[in-house]
Amino acid sequence: MNLTELLLLAWESISSSKMRSLLTMLGIIIGVASVIIMVSISSGTEASIEEQITGLGSNLVYVTTSFSRGGAREGMGMPSGGLVYEDAFAIAEEVNGVAAVVVEQSSSETVKAGNVILEGVTILGTTADFPSVRDMEIDEGRYFNQREVDRTQKVVVLGSALAEELFGDADPIGQTVTVDTTKLTVIGVFAERGMVSGVDFDSQLYIPISVVFQKFTPSQFARFIGDRVRVIYVEIESPEVMESVIQQISFLLAKRHDVSLEEADFNVTTQQDIIQTQEATTAAFRNLLAWVAGVSLIVGGIGIMNIMLVSVTERTREIGIRQSVGATPDDIRWQFLTEAVLLSLGGGFIGVLAGVSGSWIFGYVSDMRTVIVFSSILLAFTSAAVVGIFFGFYPANKAAQLDPIEALRHE
Amino acid sequence: MMGQQPIIQTIDVRKIYGMGEISVAALDGVSIIIEGGEFVAIMGPSGSGKSTLMNILGCLDRPTDGRYILDSLDVSEMDRVQLAHIRNNRIGFIFQSYNLLSRTSALKNVMVPLLYSRNNKRSAEERAVVAREVLEAVGLGNRLNHQPQELSGGEQQRVAIARALVNNPLLILADEPTGNLDTRSGDEIMELLHELHQNGRTIVMVTHDPEIAAHTQRTIHLRDGQIERVVQNGSGPTAKENQGVRHESH
Ligand SMILES: Nc1ncnc2c1ncn2[C@@H]1O[C@H](COP(=O)(O)OP(=O)(O)O)[C@@H](O)[C@H]1O
Ligand SMILES: [Mg+2]
Repeated sequence: MNLTELLLLAWESISSSKMRSLLTMLGIIIGVASVIIMVSISSGTEASIEEQITGLGSNLVYVTTSFSRGGAREGMGMPSGGLVYEDAFAIAEEVNGVAAVVVEQSSSETVKAGNVILEGVTILGTTADFPSVRDMEIDEGRYFNQREVDRTQKVVVLGSALAEELFGDADPIGQTVTVDTTKLTVIGVFAERGMVSGVDFDSQLYIPISVVFQKFTPSQFARFIGDRVRVIYVEIESPEVMESVIQQISFLLAKRHDVSLEEADFNVTTQQDIIQTQEATTAAFRNLLAWVAGVSLIVGGIGIMNIMLVSVTERTREIGIRQSVGATPDDIRWQFLTEAVLLSLGGGFIGVLAGVSGSWIFGYVSDMRTVIVFSSILLAFTSAAVVGIFFGFYPANKAAQLDPIEALRHE
Repeated sequence: MMGQQPIIQTIDVRKIYGMGEISVAALDGVSIIIEGGEFVAIMGPSGSGKSTLMNILGCLDRPTDGRYILDSLDVSEMDRVQLAHIRNNRIGFIFQSYNLLSRTSALKNVMVPLLYSRNNKRSAEERAVVAREVLEAVGLGNRLNHQPQELSGGEQQRVAIARALVNNPLLILADEPTGNLDTRSGDEIMELLHELHQNGRTIVMVTHDPEIAAHTQRTIHLRDGQIERVVQNGSGPTAKENQGVRHESH
């Protein structure tokens, strides 16, 4: 028999029992579809992480407080270490290769404007360089300057969404916003920015960090150790000075906090570190998904083998009849193998359709992004074929080895 | 035809089922000779080894012992693949229970042996043409696309005969071809077989019906796996006298 005859024979058998064929293919369909969907989810995640990271601004060094370690101040009954406002000025003045330093301290407060009241709004206290370091653009008005920060001026810049919520279509510039009990004057509105690293920049309110210290996070220790800050962003002049800047900051802060480098109460990280961590996470995620998908393909293959075995038993008489009119063991073997491969490929094809549309629908209804990767389609389809050959071989061999007389006698 | 090599020659053929104490000799030393163009009936009580003999003659089974020479070829030495080829192009087998592929049209059923043919490769269209011709010859030209379950027993058996004929075999074997049929359909099938014989086919047939057997040239009676006696029936053109069977005694 040639290939056309084999394919025709297999097709006749497959189409003569459609339900059984569909059930046989089900495992492969699920396997292939899950490979494609899972790869598309992890690629989507990767793509949005990459986008976020580039959105963070370039050449940034993050200095954050590390609470896990003790410091010299602990013994004095003060909070155990951490960054303070003055550290930022020290970095700006003493570290070479620094382009700008921005400090952030946040608080969550109730915000009022006219008769609109919003609760739990994030108040971000920053310094003058914030817009340039974090790539934020002013849409209306202006950002506050360092003089206003130093003088604890009660001014505020609004995120675009927040401005809309508080003032609607009216011009917010010059209006008053009450945060907790503090009245602030609106001097600017940011352009839309969206979510970056899980933070919605458009729904925040930006004020001089000195106001936050004074009104929202006052500390009884501020007088001794200075005002605490959550994070200090350091923009460097060029990527080449990265190593040196990190080292200088580490030594400087260790000296200022009176700790050794080993028990430092702060962390210095770069964007590169964050990218690497996130890439490692997505890689682990992707590997896990690949395993799950691979296992489901194998389960699908076992399903094919199972039903093909049942099919060989069911069709023993047919095999006997074919043998009696001259089918050789090879003829029978190829017939069943072709059927198994055709079923796998059919399942693979339906699986690709299901996977592609499934990825698309998933991306559409959930807020996760999906990116359909062509190579995953190819991979899933090829594996389906391989699985079909592999798991079709045993039943086909079993059929080929049947004795004609016994097969004919089978009811 | 006569004086040439016989079509079938078995020499002391045995078929033993099982092993040791519980072994059964379904055939216990059967030697027969059948010439080309003969129509031979095989009779015997149930369990006497008729089907076992037919299966061996049809190359569906191999003897445990002894030799079977089919048209000068020693098939008792052949492997499964060679036997499949022999079944395909030398033998047409007709079963009591028709053995047609279910849910498959008469035409497709008759085309099956052509699909497995090695020495005569035909395209699907050519196969359909040949199968159609044979079905028309057995009077089923108007039933080509009927599936077995849509045909009467007699019609199904005629499809089976068409399938047996489609590769133009040397030998036609029929194991109780009328066993499942009513008298009228049975008679029609017998008519068809006689017609084939008239056209020069060599036919070996198992039957329970003495009247049917009487219309063949010779009847070989089996009992307990051995040839009990051979009867010349005298009707139709006789084969060479006393040729074909040696009475073996054990
Ligand atoms: N596959 C088998 N295994 C064991 N014994 C068998 C088998 N086939 C046939 N026999 C035995 O061989 C003997 C002859 O059987 P068979 O040729 O079918 O008889 P018949 O066709 O004359 O009725 C019987 O005793 C039967 O039980
Ligand atoms: Mg029998």
